[in-house]
Amino acid sequence: MENTKKERTGKVIFSEYKRGGGIIKAVSMKRDEILFELKNSKLKGRGGAGFPTSTKWMLTAASISEEKYIICNADEGEPGTFKDRVLLAEYPELVFDGMVIAGYTIGAKTGIVYLRGEYEYLLQPLKDYLEAMRKDNLLGKDILGKEGFDFDIEIFLGSGAYVCGEETALIESLEGHRGEARNRPPYPVNTGYNGKPTSVNNVETLATIPHIMLKGSDWFNSVGTDKSTGSKLMSVSGDCEKPGVYEIPWGTTINELLEMVGAENTKAVQVGGASGFCYPKSQFDRKFGYEDAATGGSVIIFNENRKMLSVLKNFMEFFVEESCGQCTPCRIGNTKLLEGIEMIEKGEHTFTYINKLKDLGSTMQVSSKCGLGQSSPNSFLSILENFKDEVLNYNNGGDNGGI
Amino acid sequence: MEEYKKDRAPVSQKPHIIEKPKNPEYIGGSVKIQLNEKELVVPTGTTILEACKDNNVHIPTLCHHPDLCVGGVCRLCVVEVEGMRTLQASCAFPITAPIKVNTSTPMVRKARKHIIDLLLSEHYGECYACFRNNNCELQSLAKEYGVDHYNFGHIKEPRFEIDNSSYSVVRDMDKCVLCKRCVRTCIDLQEVGVLEAIDRGDETHIGTFFEKPLSDVICINCGQCINRCPTGALRANDPRDEIWAAIDDPNKHVVIQTAPSPRAAIGEEFGLEAGHSLTKELNTALRRIGFDKVFDTNFTADLTILEEGTELLIRLYKALVEKDENVAVPQFTSCSPGWVKYLEHYYTDYIDNLSTAKSPQQMFGAVIKSFYAQESKIDAKEIVTVAVMPCSAKKFECNRPEMVDSGYKDVDYGLTTRELAQMIKEAGIHLPEMPKSEFDDPFGNASGAGLIFGATGGVMEAALRTVIELVTGNKVESIFENANILPVRGFEGVKYVELPITEVGPVPDILKHLVPNWDWLKGVTLKVAVAHGTANAKKVMEDIKAGGKFSECQFIEFMGCPGGCIGGGGQPIPTSEEIRRKRAEAIYEEEAGLPIRKSHENPHVTYIYENFLTEGPCGHKSHKLLHTDYVKRGEYIA
Repeated sequence: MENTKKERTGKVIFSEYKRGGGIIKAVSMKRDEILFELKNSKLKGRGGAGFPTSTKWMLTAASISEEKYIICNADEGEPGTFKDRVLLAEYPELVFDGMVIAGYTIGAKTGIVYLRGEYEYLLQPLKDYLEAMRKDNLLGKDILGKEGFDFDIEIFLGSGAYVCGEETALIESLEGHRGEARNRPPYPVNTGYNGKPTSVNNVETLATIPHIMLKGSDWFNSVGTDKSTGSKLMSVSGDCEKPGVYEIPWGTTINELLEMVGAENTKAVQVGGASGFCYPKSQFDRKFGYEDAATGGSVIIFNENRKMLSVLKNFMEFFVEESCGQCTPCRIGNTKLLEGIEMIEKGEHTFTYINKLKDLGSTMQVSSKCGLGQSSPNSFLSILENFKDEVLNYNNGGDNGGI
Repeated sequence: MEEYKKDRAPVSQKPHIIEKPKNPEYIGGSVKIQLNEKELVVPTGTTILEACKDNNVHIPTLCHHPDLCVGGVCRLCVVEVEGMRTLQASCAFPITAPIKVNTSTPMVRKARKHIIDLLLSEHYGECYACFRNNNCELQSLAKEYGVDHYNFGHIKEPRFEIDNSSYSVVRDMDKCVLCKRCVRTCIDLQEVGVLEAIDRGDETHIGTFFEKPLSDVICINCGQCINRCPTGALRANDPRDEIWAAIDDPNKHVVIQTAPSPRAAIGEEFGLEAGHSLTKELNTALRRIGFDKVFDTNFTADLTILEEGTELLIRLYKALVEKDENVAVPQFTSCSPGWVKYLEHYYTDYIDNLSTAKSPQQMFGAVIKSFYAQESKIDAKEIVTVAVMPCSAKKFECNRPEMVDSGYKDVDYGLTTRELAQMIKEAGIHLPEMPKSEFDDPFGNASGAGLIFGATGGVMEAALRTVIELVTGNKVESIFENANILPVRGFEGVKYVELPITEVGPVPDILKHLVPNWDWLKGVTLKVAVAHGTANAKKVMEDIKAGGKFSECQFIEFMGCPGGCIGGGGQPIPTSEEIRRKRAEAIYEEEAGLPIRKSHENPHVTYIYENFLTEGPCGHKSHKLLHTDYVKRGEYIA
C-alpha cells in the first residue's frame, strides 16, 4: 500500500499532508471562522449530490442539542466507485482528521464511520489507526490541549445494502433498523442519528477538509472551476489501459480523462456509476463538474465492442435488487424498466411501450422517496436517448440492423 | 436502553415529525403558504396534506391512515412545491417555511396515474372476485384516475400462498400493495410487532418472524391490521359456509348471539352513516336468514358483571381482611380476547391478575349448551352456537381448547360484523328496512350495562354501577347523574378514576354466603383505570411493573382494540377515531333509553341465579361454566 501511495499525485487531496496538521490549525480557530473558511471554499459534497458542506455543518452547528453526531459515509456502494476505499486504506489521516475538525466545528463528541460491509478487511487497520490517534491525543479528551474538546470515532460495519449509502437509510441502519430512507423534512441536521443533529459526509468530503484548513479557501478555489471548486477523485474502470483512482481538477473534460487513462475506441462513458448518465462520443468534450457532468466519481468506459443494451440491463438488474422496496415508483418502476429492456432484447417491444417507459422513468425521477429511485432511471433514459439506434435495433443485429 | 429507542418500535416514523406549536398564534408559530393560488396561514409543522384537507383540496392517498403515523411510501399524494427539484409526498411534508404548493400540475397528475398503474400491474386477481369489491381503496383510486386498462401489464400468476393458518386473520399477500399500514398498525398502534417488511427490491413483502405462518407467531388476533388494510390482502377467517350449512341442516338448532358493537356498526355495511344502531332490525333479519333463536350477548355481559364484580370483592376481602399476600390485585378484565392473549405473551407474571370470568361470548356459549338446552329440552349436541362479534380474536377465543365446559364446544363459530352483513346480503335482505323485533326468551332483553361494554370504559362503568349499589346500598344515581359514570367514558388512551367509599350498606342476599359485612371497605378509596388498545395497555402494565400509580388500583379494564369493541377487528371498514366515536355515541344513546341499566337488576340474571346457578356468583357451577384459566405463553405459541 505504501508503494502505491507514493505514486499518487494530485493538487488537493493527494498533496502533502501531515497527520494532525488540519486539527492543529482548526483548534486554533473559532468555530465560525472554520465555517466561514469552508463557505468561501464553496466545497460541495463529494458523494454525488453536491450539497454545500458549509451549509450542512452550519445547520448542524446551529441545532441546539447536547448530543450531536458526525457520520462518515463510507458505504461506497455505487457500481464503479472505489476511491473511498483508497482514501481509507492509504490516507486515513485525512478522513479522520476531517472528522475531528467536523466534530470541533459542529459540536459533536462522537464520530461514526459507516464502513461498507465488503470493506471488512479495512476494519482492523482503521481501528489500529484510531488507537494511535488516541495515543497522540488527536482523539479522546481535551484534544491537543483544547479544553472541553472531547471527540472520539467508532466504526460501524454495514451489511451490504446499496440504499444505506443514502444518508437517512444509513442512519436507520446505524440505529439497527431496516435500511430504508426516511421522510424529510426533518433533515438529519436536526433529527438524525438517535433523533439528534447529525452531519453525514462522504469520505472524500471529509478528506478534503484538513487541506482547506491548512492551506485556506483561496488556495482551494484556485483549483477547479468557479462553481465546482477544488478537485475530484475519479474511480476509473472499464476499457482502458490504466484503470484506477485519479485526482483531477473539476473542469477536466471527459476526453482529457480518457487520454490520461489510455482509453481507445471508446464508445460510451458512464459518469456517476449505475445511477449516473451515459455519454456518447459526441459529448466527450463535456466537463466534469456540478454544472455539467456531475459525478460522485465513478467513470466506466465502454469501447466499441460493448453492447449498450447489455450494459443497461446490468444496471437495471442492480436497481431492481437494490431498491429498498418501500416506495412504489422505485420498487415497481425499476422492475418495469428492466422488463422493457428484456422486451427489447427479445425484440418484443413496441415503440409506444418504450416511450411509455421513458415517461415512467421521468416520473420515477421526481416521485421516488429517495435518491435511489430518483436516479435509477438516469442510465435507462440516457442510454435510450444517446444510443437509440443501437439499443432499439438490438435484436436485428444492432447498429441499424447490422449496417 | 436509551429512552429514544424504547419509545420507538422498528420502522416507526413517530419521533421523526416536526411537532406543531402549542400556540400557533405566537411569533413563529404559523407560516403563510400559497396553496393553489390561495393564500393561507397554517401552524408550523402542519403537513401539506392536512392543510389541503382543511381547505377542501382533495389529495389521493393510500399509505396514509388517520390512526397511524406517517408512512410516505406509496407516493400517491405527491404535490409540487415551488423551488424543489422533486415532487413531495404531502402526507410527510411538514410546513416550516413559506412555500407555494401546487396540487394539480401535469407532472403531479402524471405521477399519480403512473403510481396507480404500477400498483395495479402487481396486484393479482380481478376486482369482481374479491371480497373488498366496492370497498377497496386501490379500486377507488383506479376509478378516480380513470384507469381503463393495465398500462404496465397485469400479473398473471399468484406469487404467494394464502396464509389461513390463524383462526382469526387470513393473509393473501398477492393483494398486498406494500402500503405498510398493517406494519404500522401492528408495531406502532398496537405495539405488538408481528408484521414487518421482509427482503428488498422486487422481492419485498410483508411477512412474519422467520416467515412462519401467522398462527405460529405471537399475533394477538386483534385484527386491527384488517381494519386498516386498503385492499383485500387481509381478512378475517370466514366461517359463513359452515354456518349456512348448519342453518340448512334441519336437525340443527342454530342460535345466534349478537354483541352490541356489531349492532351499532352493521348499518355502515348497508350504506348508512356511522352511528346508527340497528339492534332490533337485526333481530328480524337474523330470524329471516334462518337462525332459530336470537339472543342478546348483553345478557351474559350482565352475568359477567356479577361474576367479575363478585370475584373482585372476594379478591379484595382476601387481600384486605384475610391479609392473603398471594391474591393478585389489581384485577384485570378478561372480556377482550386480544388483550388476554397479549397478556399471555408479554406479561406472563400477571396471569393471576386476569379475572377468571369468561368473556360474555364464551359465557353465553356455555349457558346455551347447558341451561338453555335443559330449559328448552333440546339436545345440546344438536345446538350450534354462533356469536356475532366486532372482533377477529373472538374466533380464536371460541377455538381455545379449554372452552368446552358445557361438554361441547361452547361457541361453535365467531362471526364478524362484516361477515354477518355479507350473509344478510346473500339472503336478499336490506337490513335498514327490516321491521323491529325483540330478542328471544329465556334471556330476553338485557340491561344497558351490558350494552355499553362495546365502548372503552363500558365494562368499568357497568361494574361500578353494580359494585357501588351492592356495597353502599345506595342508588348509583346519587353519585352520578342518570347513572352515567362519565369519568370512565371517552377515548383518552388511559383513564384513571378514584372513588372513595364513605359508607357501606348491608350485604345483599346474593353475596351473603361470601362476606359477612362490608365494614372493611369503609374508608377505602376505590382506584380504577381503563386502557384501550394494547399500546395503552402496555403503558399501564409497564407502570404496574415499576410500582407506579396503576399498581395501586383495585380494578383495571383493558381492551385490545382502540376505542374498545366498537373499534374491533371485525367491524366494518374503514375505521377512524371519528367513526369509532359515532359508534360509541350510538351505543350510549341506545343505552340511555333502556328501562334497566344495571346488571344486577336484570330479571333474567336473577332468574338464572335462582334456578340454575343456585350457589350464586362465583359458586361451584359458575366456576365450572362461567370461569376459565389462562396459558402462560410468553414467547411460545402453545
